[in-house]
Amino acid sequence: MDLNYTPEQNALREEVRQWLADKVPAQPLQSFDTKEGFEQHRQWEKTLAEGNWGMVTWPVEYGGRGCDLIQWLIFEEEYYRAGAPLRVNQNGIFLLGPTLMEYGTAQQKERFINAMASGEEMWAQGWSEPGAGSDMAAIRSTAIREGEEYVINGQKIWSTRAVFADWVFCIFRTDPASSRHQGLSFIFVPLDAPGVTVRPIAQLDGLPGFAEIFFDDVRVPVANRLGEENQGWRIAMSTAGFERGLMLRSPARFQQTAKRLVELYRQHRDEVLDLSVADAVVKAYMGAQAYALSTYQTASKLMKGGKIGAEASLNKVFWSELDQQMHETALSILGARAELLPHAPAAGAVGNWLDGFLFAQSGPIYAGTNEIQRNIIAERLLGMPR
Amino acid sequence: MDFTFTEDQQLLADSVATFLHREVTPERIRASWEGEGSDTRLWQQLVELGLPAMLVPEEHGGLGMNELDFIQIAQECGRVALAEPLVEMAMIATPMLAQLAAGSQPCARVLQQIAAGEARVAIGHPLNPAVADAGIADWLLLASGREVHLVPSDAATLIRQDSVDPSRRLYTPEWDRTAPTYRVAGEEAGAAAWCAALNRGAVLNAALLLGLAQGMVAQSVTYAGDREQFGRPIGANQAVKHHMANCAVQAEFARSPIYRAAYAVAQDPARAHIAASHAKLAAGEAALLAAKNAIQVHGAMGYTWECNLHIWAKRAWALEKNWGDAGFHQERLHAWLLEDTTDIGAEHTFDYPAPEALDSAA
Repeated sequence: MDLNYTPEQNALREEVRQWLADKVPAQPLQSFDTKEGFEQHRQWEKTLAEGNWGMVTWPVEYGGRGCDLIQWLIFEEEYYRAGAPLRVNQNGIFLLGPTLMEYGTAQQKERFINAMASGEEMWAQGWSEPGAGSDMAAIRSTAIREGEEYVINGQKIWSTRAVFADWVFCIFRTDPASSRHQGLSFIFVPLDAPGVTVRPIAQLDGLPGFAEIFFDDVRVPVANRLGEENQGWRIAMSTAGFERGLMLRSPARFQQTAKRLVELYRQHRDEVLDLSVADAVVKAYMGAQAYALSTYQTASKLMKGGKIGAEASLNKVFWSELDQQMHETALSILGARAELLPHAPAAGAVGNWLDGFLFAQSGPIYAGTNEIQRNIIAERLLGMPR
Repeated sequence: MDFTFTEDQQLLADSVATFLHREVTPERIRASWEGEGSDTRLWQQLVELGLPAMLVPEEHGGLGMNELDFIQIAQECGRVALAEPLVEMAMIATPMLAQLAAGSQPCARVLQQIAAGEARVAIGHPLNPAVADAGIADWLLLASGREVHLVPSDAATLIRQDSVDPSRRLYTPEWDRTAPTYRVAGEEAGAAAWCAALNRGAVLNAALLLGLAQGMVAQSVTYAGDREQFGRPIGANQAVKHHMANCAVQAEFARSPIYRAAYAVAQDPARAHIAASHAKLAAGEAALLAAKNAIQVHGAMGYTWECNLHIWAKRAWALEKNWGDAGFHQERLHAWLLEDTTDIGAEHTFDYPAPEALDSAA
């Protein structure tokens, strides 16, 4: 155990810090759930790609830097420290990208990876259906093969970023006689294809952060299928593994929230009467720090050839509930002003805590609800009966 | 940057764990509750494994290892609810003696005896109301004000203080505080030594508490898999699963802070305040939740003397309040967080707190 950064790691930190200091927009971008904001964020992805900072963990051959996980953590720490924009193409670069590298054909990699990396093509995820949420194997939308094409019919829902994205990666039933985990395939669909209808769904903040997607005899080439036909479940699970695993929510994000919370607390301490706040601020620090330490420990283990499996469910439960706890605490500190939108004349410097609070409500739901995660922890980690 | 244990550390921890799981049975723990409550043979086995000598410096005949080498062993001691005072004696009292040995012949002599397996030392930190295992110790490390006294146990009068945990053999000592031969550190050196001992004690007890939590979860998972109601194991019910999953989450996110704190203590115990308090708070919370949920999952059995669970639960309830209770450690973190110089940003995960910030957290 050596909990010091090497000179090379420090040099990387310095390099990232310099670059971000030069490039991070002085004015915060608009929300990427607006048309303008989405384009601003797309532009930022392009800037990142030009500096070769877009996908630091991707192998060099795909335009990344081949960073190891500790280097990735350092990059993320600097990224959040600099207040850089959120990653609008997260679905692409963190979820689909690594899966594509593992399962894609040479032609698919050639076709999709660069465009994804440059921000030219943005991706949405199309897994959930009205009848297939936590129970994803209940997927009913079909992609029926006709010659060299699939003909797609059905509906996806809760598809994040789909309103403004260019492509969606989906799981469809390619064997209509199949049930549950069998007979599913992983297929890419351009969102401007004939027969695709995207209906925005407003989130708690009123903005269309996700959408329903209707497929009505949509035709895509067989070449849009990732991996073997009817093997989609296994591929999707490896994507879910990346998602729930280390990289969906880097600890730096929560450490910076904890830091802002402590600053808010210092600033308003004399006005705060809620007796639980002091305890909650201490807990926020502990939680963010513990998540960071745990991630460093897991990263070190993985770098020595270890594996991460169902442990990822522990992470998901922990960070999502930590995020809620921190934002609840911030609202407690702000008191009755907490309900005011930042532009309300009486709001004063309430910051963006309310926005963060609303978003935090989604954490225990997306990427597998925390109830499902707790089942996984109990059954797969602890060995309790199914 | 490498947050893993070395192969040697892992091998040692694994082999001690195997020994502890084989030898330290609930039956043996219950047997030690009778009489004076010391399992002499078990202690002898621990001496043969070289455990009490681990943290004795080499110049005093020991193995010259540190807290990080021992932290996973402490966790395993908790896991089996070891009643013998290995952790307090070998990992808290011994390094304190080592810290004082340069200026104190008696401390150096006692270290030699510990390394040879001939002496046991109990420690009475001012934050703890009683001294654990003073009755079987040969020497007592005691506080008089901030001075440190090293007192032969037969020179002290020990008053037994019964604990909810029958494995904890607590005493309050009375001794001649004016006898100059006992004083091994004055006010100033003593304050520093007690401060380091507190950080060390907090971290090592955190490891014990984590082990206790894991032990209780393991027993409850087994029980919930065996016990059937409505024609199936009670553990198949989501409500029961989630009790256990919540314990697993808490324990998981106490683990890394404990290892990080052990590293900090091994580097410089006098600057390990924040890491130590974090570790103790996180582990204490994990252990209390595990005790509560484990009893709930065991149903009425969990409320009996017959069920072994209470061996673990009572230890957790006791240790969570020792070596600084939750309020003490929260107050330390709270005072530190309020300092303007404190920066908890993402790039500071492994920083040590600035010395001036430690005053407020002292």
